[in-house]
Amino acid sequence: MVEPTTRALRTDTMVLNMGPQHPSTHGVLRLELLTDGEVVREAIPHIGYLHRNFEKHAENLTYPMIIPYTDRMDYIAAMNSELGFVLAVEKLLNRGPKPVAVPEKAEYLRVIVCELNRIASHLLAFGTYGMDLGAFTPFLYAFRDREQILEFFEELSGARLLYNYIRVGGVARDFPPGFHHKLRRFLKYFGPQIDVYDTLLTNNKIFLERTKGLGVFGIDKCIEYGWTGPNIRGAGLAWDLRKDEPYGIYDRFDFEIPVGENGDCWDRYKVRMDEMRESVKITQQALDQMEERGLLEDENFTAKVRGTLRPPAGEVYLRTETPRGDLGYYLQSDGSDTPARLKVRSPCFTALSALQEMSHGLLIADMVAIIGSIDIVMGEVDR
Amino acid sequence: MTPKEIHARLREQFGEDVVTGWLESDESDPKNPVIYDPPQSFIDARHIAEVARFCLDDDALKFDSLMCLSALDRDSHLSVVYHLHSMTLKHVAVLRVDVPRSEAVVPSVERVWKTADWHEREAHDLMGIAFSGHRDLRPLILPEGWEGYPLRKDYVAQEYYRGMKVPY
Repeated sequence: MVEPTTRALRTDTMVLNMGPQHPSTHGVLRLELLTDGEVVREAIPHIGYLHRNFEKHAENLTYPMIIPYTDRMDYIAAMNSELGFVLAVEKLLNRGPKPVAVPEKAEYLRVIVCELNRIASHLLAFGTYGMDLGAFTPFLYAFRDREQILEFFEELSGARLLYNYIRVGGVARDFPPGFHHKLRRFLKYFGPQIDVYDTLLTNNKIFLERTKGLGVFGIDKCIEYGWTGPNIRGAGLAWDLRKDEPYGIYDRFDFEIPVGENGDCWDRYKVRMDEMRESVKITQQALDQMEERGLLEDENFTAKVRGTLRPPAGEVYLRTETPRGDLGYYLQSDGSDTPARLKVRSPCFTALSALQEMSHGLLIADMVAIIGSIDIVMGEVDR
Repeated sequence: MTPKEIHARLREQFGEDVVTGWLESDESDPKNPVIYDPPQSFIDARHIAEVARFCLDDDALKFDSLMCLSALDRDSHLSVVYHLHSMTLKHVAVLRVDVPRSEAVVPSVERVWKTADWHEREAHDLMGIAFSGHRDLRPLILPEGWEGYPLRKDYVAQEYYRGMKVPY
């Protein structure tokens, strides 16, 4: 009998660079993998390839000029990035001698664009996640529907990705004529469409095998590492700032917080799918309430903000729920027209910091499944 | 608990030498208010790691989540600000540590909250604050060999980085 050859094979560790240009690292993330065959012994994330030092730029710009820069952090959900910053500025302004009263209509428009952007962002996460695991079709479906939302945004703000739409005191533009009809038609179409995705990918046997029980990260770990958003909800904690610390008019809507059970890749993915349903519900309610309150005909979509914005001196911290989790803005003002310091607490940054601990003993292909499941955007990690 | 009560609790535990001050909004002059929301508790830099540990372990505080760790340049000195939140008790507190520019050393809280690891590395990169006791303070955001700390107010970009012209 011949000795099995495997016994004579010497295994050795090898350093493998994954990224910064790699389709499965979701942007310019580089992972330094220490591999033993196909098993990852250690994965060290290297970030900073997209670093533009937004925080330094912000110190040299007036408040309205910063808004387009916030778009460029989380460029997949730019409306949500804008909202957090604008709310932080308004929070400071409203304690000073020149407060801004955001009109009712603007509050609704903000909610609608943010929830639509949440759907667009989750669609991208869904589509690319399928692609990471070898399923190409979901990507095409997701982009077909995401395209409709981007077209709405284009009609509303003139841009497809980086909107500069939410402004201090309100929003940049009113709904174009007939826009709410189009929105309603889309929501009616899109609601049942999520069930199609579920049959396409969510309950697919191969997909389940690849994601169930993988990358388990419990609630305690999530809190320790500062995981938020769908990632911590996937672990089973119903933590959502829209409910727990309501900002804007989110307390007026009736919606659920979807949670997972085990905190594995599939749970995190599933939470995003269910959140799309909730966002559809919120948008529908917002349109209904606008109609009830006669806001559709109202032309008052922004407060009159006269002269240069000079928030009072001081420091505020404000966080909002973006599709990726708690996005915090720490704003230090010295009373002038530019911030003295603007620190951004990015949900992707904290989520990515746990990758090193999660990666021990995984297969390389599973690494890809985990990165996709925490849904990072490098523009926000690096800022 | 309100931030004021949390401050009182810390002061009772550590005394005035460690918990040195309290800063809250002053709106007595409506034309020129100064806003601190949430208000800040000043902690002596040398003791921040112990205070952080207490904030996490104490049953009345239970600050299990470090929301944000920020480094600021206040011209005369640098400071590190810790935004804490308790997921179970749902209260917040802000700890603030001031250090002189010439000796910017703050004990690391990376062993208290894991999320502080990257936050401190970032603050080290961009603001030049050395976190003593941090196990791995390699550059995170900036490339290796970058000179200076970009977020400091007196920062001047280097002429060349590895043969490439920097200012444009």
